Amino acid sequence: MKGEAFSSDLWTFDFQLSTVNRSGTRVLPKLTRAQHHDLYYYLRLNRRVDEQLVSLYRQGKVAGGVYSSLGQEAISVGAAYALQPQDVIGPMIRNVGAMLVRGYRPRDVFLQYLARQDGPTGGREANTHFGDLARGVIAPISMLGELVPVLAGVALAAKLRKEERVALTFVGDGATSTGQFHEGLNFAAVQKLPLIVIVENNGWAYSTPVEKQMAIRNIAERARGYGIPATIVDGNDVLKVYAATHVAADRARRGEGPTFMEAKTMRMKGHAEHDDARYMPKELVERWRRKDPLLRFEKYLAQKKLLTAAEKAALDARIENEIRADVAFAEGSAFPAPLDAAQPVWA
Amino acid sequence: MPVMTYLDALRQGIWEEMERDSSVFLLGEDIGAYGGAFKVTAGMLEKFGSERVIDTPVSESAIVGAAVGAALMGLRPVAEMQFMDFIACGFDQVVNMAAKIHYRWGPAVPMVIRGPAGAGVHGGPFHSQSNEMWFVHTPGLKVVMPATAYDAKGLIKAAIRDDNPVIFFEHKFLYRRVKDEVPADDYVVPLGQAAVRRAGRDIAVITYGAMVWTALEAAQELEKEGLSLEVVDLRTLLPYDEQTVLASVRKCNKVILLHEDTRTGGMASELAALIAEQSFEDLDGPIVRVTAPDTPVPYSPPLEEYFLPNAQRVAEAARRLAAY
Amino acid sequence: MATRTSKARAPDATTLERMLYYLKLTREAEWRIDQVLYRQGKIVGGVYVGRGQEAIAVGSTIQLTPDDVVVPTHRDFSAFLIRGFSLREMFANWLGRADGPTRGRDGSLHFGDMRRGVVAIISHLGSWCPVACGVAMALKRRGQGNVALVFFGDGTSSEGDVHEAMNWAAVMKLPVVFMCNNNAFAYSTPAEKQFAVKSLAVRGPAYGMPGVSVDGNDVLAVYEAARQGIARARAGGGPSLIECKTFRMAGHSAHDAAEYVPEKLLRQWARKDPIVRLEKLLRARRILTRERIREMDQAIRKEIDEAVALAEASPLPEAASTPQGVHCGADCWWRKTSVVRSQQSVAGDHGPRATDNGR
Repeated sequence: MKGEAFSSDLWTFDFQLSTVNRSGTRVLPKLTRAQHHDLYYYLRLNRRVDEQLVSLYRQGKVAGGVYSSLGQEAISVGAAYALQPQDVIGPMIRNVGAMLVRGYRPRDVFLQYLARQDGPTGGREANTHFGDLARGVIAPISMLGELVPVLAGVALAAKLRKEERVALTFVGDGATSTGQFHEGLNFAAVQKLPLIVIVENNGWAYSTPVEKQMAIRNIAERARGYGIPATIVDGNDVLKVYAATHVAADRARRGEGPTFMEAKTMRMKGHAEHDDARYMPKELVERWRRKDPLLRFEKYLAQKKLLTAAEKAALDARIENEIRADVAFAEGSAFPAPLDAAQPVWA
Repeated sequence: MPVMTYLDALRQGIWEEMERDSSVFLLGEDIGAYGGAFKVTAGMLEKFGSERVIDTPVSESAIVGAAVGAALMGLRPVAEMQFMDFIACGFDQVVNMAAKIHYRWGPAVPMVIRGPAGAGVHGGPFHSQSNEMWFVHTPGLKVVMPATAYDAKGLIKAAIRDDNPVIFFEHKFLYRRVKDEVPADDYVVPLGQAAVRRAGRDIAVITYGAMVWTALEAAQELEKEGLSLEVVDLRTLLPYDEQTVLASVRKCNKVILLHEDTRTGGMASELAALIAEQSFEDLDGPIVRVTAPDTPVPYSPPLEEYFLPNAQRVAEAARRLAAY
Repeated sequence: MATRTSKARAPDATTLERMLYYLKLTREAEWRIDQVLYRQGKIVGGVYVGRGQEAIAVGSTIQLTPDDVVVPTHRDFSAFLIRGFSLREMFANWLGRADGPTRGRDGSLHFGDMRRGVVAIISHLGSWCPVACGVAMALKRRGQGNVALVFFGDGTSSEGDVHEAMNWAAVMKLPVVFMCNNNAFAYSTPAEKQFAVKSLAVRGPAYGMPGVSVDGNDVLAVYEAARQGIARARAGGGPSLIECKTFRMAGHSAHDAAEYVPEKLLRQWARKDPIVRLEKLLRARRILTRERIREMDQAIRKEIDEAVALAEASPLPEAASTPQGVHCGADCWWRKTSVVRSQQSVAGDHGPRATDNGR
């Protein structure tokens, strides 16, 4: 059953996304041409890395599963790009784009998926389960929702040390059903922590559609229960995601506490490459294909004359070269020595 | 007699119990429309309907807790953990709710929590765990792990009919790799009974799950060298069949305890204590354990290979023990 | 959610009198437990009472029918009485006796009986909420309009299991009524440190169920809110959340002097005592005379005296019984009537209902 509209008498949760605050100061700086190119670069890089991973998977070269971020790149890239170097993110399996923005290179992703020794976990972990405090990335685990309390803790540390650091984590629609999600959010709210939680509502948790996941229509409604301001954005619009995240980070840095963002999007493929997703209605997927975030942004840039054909070609070529070189490097990399498995488990 | 895989045998066992007893129902993530991540429940939604095959939100704690509540009301839920690793998300409900209700205030809690466990499929740390000992260490539960297709069907039926909370570990590596003749009719394999898979004289190998096959592989190899291994499949870890274990030790006088689980606090440590306590005089050599090292299950193939006990390691251990 | 159910239906005079009786019985019995027996060293383990919050369990549980199920907490003493547990049984459990409902295996109010439709909680807060959902799934399947009534506190609302349960109940449209006892403190943690909303009622719509907040010290307000929630559940309208605002008039437990609670608040809330308020109302409406109330008080004291005496005279469990009954088998330590009867109920065959557990 579809979620029903609720009565707003107790709480109004939407806050207007404004690029100008009450005293008239511009909250959201205008993006420069170069920044627009950055966004385009990362969107396309995310897309191409993803396609390359799928290709490697189909060649039988990936030891485990591949979980695509096709169609959801604007959320990862837009959000991560709005953060500052000292901020920390907690990505999930479809947030390779955010990890790239934070400084990981395609080769890191390929080495990881290909389980090589020089990968970020030395072959110990799979897919996006890697991180690095220097890049401000906390690795996820497979259990959903569990990063929320962890990133709340990161935010707590920032608050205790009076740092201007923001913690941001992504969760999926499915993860919002977990107790971990609840405990982490409630804690962040009552402690007024500098935490941003971005829910990527892509319509599906494996084969479970959102209508079977929850009885509300908008996941943002959950935020009311915690007293956290929430907003809903078009997750396939990188500029909207960027803007919303920037405003949220700004709030956090000013000590105004957490923000909840629901980014609407669609999972364009199955849960993983091994899932043919026959349970997904094809017309639905096709409808969302017309809203492809990369295509939309390209169109926008062309319209606003922010990216010439030559500039685009140059960026595309650069990406192709990087990918080609990084795949070759990764494929040529050594596997870990067996004894590495028995490295001490303690620090 | 039909030959079928471990996975198909599981499906058939669950299917038959669903047909036999209308109080049996299934709940879990992606088990209905999708048929389950490994397709164990494929076809069941169509056959039994959405009231008895329930696709749940992502809520392991609620899955286990709701199963407890339904069991208190006389239904017989079979809850799936998409991967047994995720049972940790509902740990409290298993060990404090389900396990202790009967002891504390009386009603039976007839429920099964089942799901794929074990390594060998490049699943990484969260899709490969053997966490049976968390539950073997919890009085009130029963813990089962079949190694053959025949047992998969017989044991799941027994588990569903048992009036206690049963934690049913299926080994994902065995799902499609192990086949057996499985009777198409109703039969159960009783809980709490081990099975001697291979009779031998020189060394008893006590094991369970996928390692049963590893032990058999080693035994075949060593037969050529004139070394005779007896392989005992525990099948149920709680309560486990002490008699069969001790009988094998008495017979062979040397024992290897083998499991895929990590070393410290693994089932082998429990068995070693039992054997030392009860069969000290029967031993002609030290008790030997062959287990995984004390680490999370690593992802990369060479690391995972190192992690998992294999036939060569078992054979080496057997040769050393034989020479003692 | 605009499901405004039928007009408010006030409880009749008999029900009002019964409610007063249970309120008073609870107040007196709990006083006997934490102010007398505990201080005499007769109670093993922790002691938790629901002083000042009695209206919440009374106003709601009294509306259940025999085939409904309740999951009461340590603050919901009256729920057990209303469902048919005797005072003797309850004191026997506190005193860890062999003939108590857990035969000495668990203390305080951690007991239940499926035949009387009471599910026992455990200490891990909130863990019983998903269990209530499972019960509700069985009730829904039974198709006779029965409901599950479950209680939890303001502190407990922070637990992940409560979230999973409420989301689950809403998406599956289960017949559950969630009663939140917001008594302002979770041990020493005031509500302001527990969550960032003024009222937990907002969480109802956040899951897609109606949420309402009432004066938890007004048994009639609790009664009406519960009536609507129960009616909604019976009609297939799914779950509801009812926040009852009250105050914890005793410490978290008997050993907690609760010095962190501002005296001023205790005085303010003492003036809103639920028992005093109902008494006033019943006398004003001439439903009860002062004399009759005095008789009620005397009868209650006598009941409690008798029950305590019986419980104190009961034997402690045999030490050798400790390892028994871990598993339920053919030679079950406990009778399996709970499973059998429940299975009969689910199948639609209502066997004879035990009025006493026969112990």
